[in-house]
Amino acid sequence: MTTTANAPVLIDAACVTKFYDTRKALDNVSLAIHAKEVVVILGPSGCGKSTFLRCLNGLETVQAGSIRFHGRDLARPGTDWRPVRQRIGMVFQSYELFPHLSVRDNLLLGPVHVQKRPRAEALRQAEGLLERVGLADRLDSFPRQLSGGQKQRIAIVRALSMNPEVMLFDEVTAALDPEMVREVLDVILGLARNGMTMVIVTHEMGFARAVADRIVFMDEGRICETNTPVKFFTAPDTDRAKRFLSRFLY
Amino acid sequence: MPDIDFEFIVIHLPHYGRALLLTLALGLGAILGSLLVGLPGSLILHFRAPVLRRVVAAYVEFSRNTPLLAQLFFLYFGLPAVGIKWSGFTCALTGLTFLGGGYMIEALRAGIEAVGRPQIESALSIGLSRPQIARLVVLPQALASAVPALAANCIFLLKETSVVGIIAVADLMHLTQGLIGLYYKTTESLLLLVAGYVILIVPVSLLFSRLEKAVRRAEFG
Repeated sequence: MTTTANAPVLIDAACVTKFYDTRKALDNVSLAIHAKEVVVILGPSGCGKSTFLRCLNGLETVQAGSIRFHGRDLARPGTDWRPVRQRIGMVFQSYELFPHLSVRDNLLLGPVHVQKRPRAEALRQAEGLLERVGLADRLDSFPRQLSGGQKQRIAIVRALSMNPEVMLFDEVTAALDPEMVREVLDVILGLARNGMTMVIVTHEMGFARAVADRIVFMDEGRICETNTPVKFFTAPDTDRAKRFLSRFLY
Repeated sequence: MPDIDFEFIVIHLPHYGRALLLTLALGLGAILGSLLVGLPGSLILHFRAPVLRRVVAAYVEFSRNTPLLAQLFFLYFGLPAVGIKWSGFTCALTGLTFLGGGYMIEALRAGIEAVGRPQIESALSIGLSRPQIARLVVLPQALASAVPALAANCIFLLKETSVVGIIAVADLMHLTQGLIGLYYKTTESLLLLVAGYVILIVPVSLLFSRLEKAVRRAEFG
């Protein structure tokens, strides 16, 4: 979309290595994410892309390497993740709205209880964000009354209402019916247009090509290739990426 | 069908009224006490607090795997040997709370564990602290799904009060056994006994099934 190579680096992951017991889930992964950049991570199942994403907001611990964010190394043990997580929002594959809370209370939980913002102001912002994703009339609904696509859009709004600097998307359309995928992807495309910094793990190739500034291709816990979307999808540098892409063509 | 001595029933109705109130006080006290034991106990197990977790786990095994009768004997006849002398009512309340606490811990723990790891991660991802997650995300969902098990425990405790007569607490069962012994009016006494338990337990049971519906509606829309 835009060139962001000259923008300052927001998150700088270097040589990140993670083991699950003896299995290496991440092997020396280095990736610098620039401000306003949209990085899409692709790769086969189990390649470590979700694990890497989860390391960026402390849902997984890493055994070696560094993750620098605002001058601090988050990979160090003893990191206080709570302030970090307010600046790095995350959206999950299975939405994970809080089923016992209305949409309103789902959206206010973070701003009111974590950021201690006034309820009225947080509510105004939440209403504005709901409007943007086309769900302004759903404030009083409960999650179980919503479709998957609606739930996922609310989950995006919940993360946005913390005013994060970076958004992480972990296969956010993988659990959706095909006709609902579009409504969620449109929201993410809108965020990209507004200059949100994002790291997106997805299997939607068309979407990846449309939204990404940079494609990162992973396999077996390593980054195999980093490329522009046009080059990656037309003439990838590595054979591994060629083989991966060939599975998406009929 | 034996002849029923209605005069006997009328004469002893006030005694049953008093015994009912005592049984109710004992049962409700035990329910409240065991919930107060159960909530922190289940949190200790869930958060795997070091050392405390083992103490709670041992307590759960001990309380659930020994008969209430033995626990009451210990409190009423055993404790005076070390200088602690409690009234029958205090012993009964303590014994029932000790027993119920173990059951409540397990019911609440099951409710807490029904709230999945992804919910907790989702709460972490918006920066909530561990205590906030427990209070705002996990416990409301856990309590809602634990209501049926908690209801079963409450009714269980109300019925378990029937053994406290063994340490001379004048509950419904104790009164009935006494009257049968004195007057041989078995049918009348047992009728009053059953009526007493029905009056005691049916409202509780109905209350819980309404609570279960209300909680589901309020909690999950």
